[in-house]
Amino acid sequence: MGMEKTRVLVVDDEEIVRESLSGWLREDGYAVETASDGSVAIEHIKAEPWAVLLVDLKMPGIDGLQVLEESKKVQPDAQVVIMTAYATVDTAVQAMKKGAYDYLVKPFEPEELSLMMKKLITQQNLVRENILLKKALKQQYQFQDLLSKNPKMQALFELAKVAAQSPSTILILGESGTGKELLARAVHAESPRSTNPFIALSCAAMTETLLESELFGHEKGAFTGATFRKKGKFELAHSGTLFLDEIGDISPKLQLDLLRALEMQRFYRVGGTEPIQVDARIIAATNRDLKKAVEEGSFREDLYYRLNVIAITLLPLRERKEDLPLLVEHFLSQLSIEVGKNLEKISPEATELLMAYQWPGNVRELRNVLERGAVVAKGPTIEVEDLGLILPEGEGVEEGSPASLREMERLHILTLLREHAWNITRTAHALEIDRVTLYHKIKKYNLREEGKSTAS
Amino acid sequence: MTTLESHICLQWIGNGRVEEEMLDQVKDHVERTFGFPARIRQVDVRPTDAFDPARYQYSSTKILRWVLQDVPLDAKKIVAITDCDLFIPVLTFVFGEAQLGGKGAVVSTARLRMNLNGLPTPRNLFRARLVKECVHELGHTFSLVHCHLSRCVMSRSNTVLEVDRKSGNLCRECQDHLKRRQAKG
Repeated sequence: MGMEKTRVLVVDDEEIVRESLSGWLREDGYAVETASDGSVAIEHIKAEPWAVLLVDLKMPGIDGLQVLEESKKVQPDAQVVIMTAYATVDTAVQAMKKGAYDYLVKPFEPEELSLMMKKLITQQNLVRENILLKKALKQQYQFQDLLSKNPKMQALFELAKVAAQSPSTILILGESGTGKELLARAVHAESPRSTNPFIALSCAAMTETLLESELFGHEKGAFTGATFRKKGKFELAHSGTLFLDEIGDISPKLQLDLLRALEMQRFYRVGGTEPIQVDARIIAATNRDLKKAVEEGSFREDLYYRLNVIAITLLPLRERKEDLPLLVEHFLSQLSIEVGKNLEKISPEATELLMAYQWPGNVRELRNVLERGAVVAKGPTIEVEDLGLILPEGEGVEEGSPASLREMERLHILTLLREHAWNITRTAHALEIDRVTLYHKIKKYNLREEGKSTAS
Repeated sequence: MTTLESHICLQWIGNGRVEEEMLDQVKDHVERTFGFPARIRQVDVRPTDAFDPARYQYSSTKILRWVLQDVPLDAKKIVAITDCDLFIPVLTFVFGEAQLGGKGAVVSTARLRMNLNGLPTPRNLFRARLVKECVHELGHTFSLVHCHLSRCVMSRSNTVLEVDRKSGNLCRECQDHLKRRQAKG
């Protein structure tokens, strides 16, 4: 029951009933107040929050049903239990229709009341927990998690927010790891369908028949191994959102099936004869150039236009490097909790390395690199060597862009190391520094000899 | 309370005949527990309007109200014992009813004679139950509330099994509470 006692209001015109029930409930650990008639009860309901109202149905003046109606207006979350005699069970049924949680037929055993209260509180806690979880889920996928200072990205998010309110199909384009599914989830969470299911299906790396069954489900005996009827993702996403990732990878036959399902909003399970009507909002995504695929004839033009109602193209991370510090901070706070470490920051050298890197795997790769860093880091700061990130040859300085002094030094050392085939003594000599200093510089800049394996 | 109020009054108001020595047993235990003399009072009249034909039971509240209309002047507390099956509107039955910090209580023998297995209750067991319930209800009139210790006579009992499980005595905490209340007068 927690630290705070559940508040119960007992409403009955008979003193002995108020006294015995309140005494009983107090002993069970509830905070109990009583009201001797309907109008006093309504005053209590207006004045304070209640978890449970235990209300006698028949009272002179304002009766239990009126108290119930008033409480539903003022405190819809308060659960009302009606106490009634056998003769008035019909009225109790009426009370249930008006939103009472349950009714107790008088007389009852005290244990009945205790059990019902426990059941009720458990259910209230579940409802509360459910609301919290839904909120948490929404928070997890809301747009503020799609971090970007980049004006283009912000414009995209604005578009997605507006699109979320409509039932229109959305096509999300972008390289692998740019956050297509995250955006799809955020759109779902922002949409009027947010309390209904979000079903994701990756269409890549699946045989045509398997994907067909995954999408549309199958009837028992539809094919060898179909030992039971299975609902497809389309059906599961009814009234919610169906996210079809890697849509560019589906076969011509499935493209046609999908087009039909989208056009008609109904389909047949594999081996089924009954059409199934669905209302699922479709968000499709791909890292392929769908327009080019259409031109080449590998993707149906009609399906392309059916999906491409609202198109959103996410920028690769290398085109919005100004977001790196923001993303790093965000992931570090997440990882601190996940890894169970107090991670405060990443070192300036490590930041520089992250800025220099081109991120072919985009935000996903960044998160993975930081996760490795978070696991390996010995203190609150992630050092450059914790990241296990090696810049490919030539990477680090974008052509034509001015490099920092530190970057110049790094490149110069790397060039000389290569010239001397990573011979430390000769390189140190050429740099006119001692070997220990060179070792420190190599470590500082995370320089590794190409082709040699690294311990990571 | 006046100085006149010197004893605890016990009276039988059942429809049937009172069992021999039953009230004496209650008297002895009540005197030991509360430290006041108890007296057994004979009354010939019975409450008339407490019976509920729909439930075939008697309203404990109405009986208690009736009892309180005729309390001897020198009685500090009064306990009426009846063989009627008692109820309050929400509950299927009650063993008794008392005024918390008040003067009177009523206890029924009807359910105390019952056993869950349907067999008759041995007399000693029934008497022990009655003594416990009389002390329990009287405890309420001395402002004692239900005790969380299951062995204490002031612990809550909903079934005869629970009555059997508890002792007939007050726990130390309830005894202290009783002493404090009595010292305050």
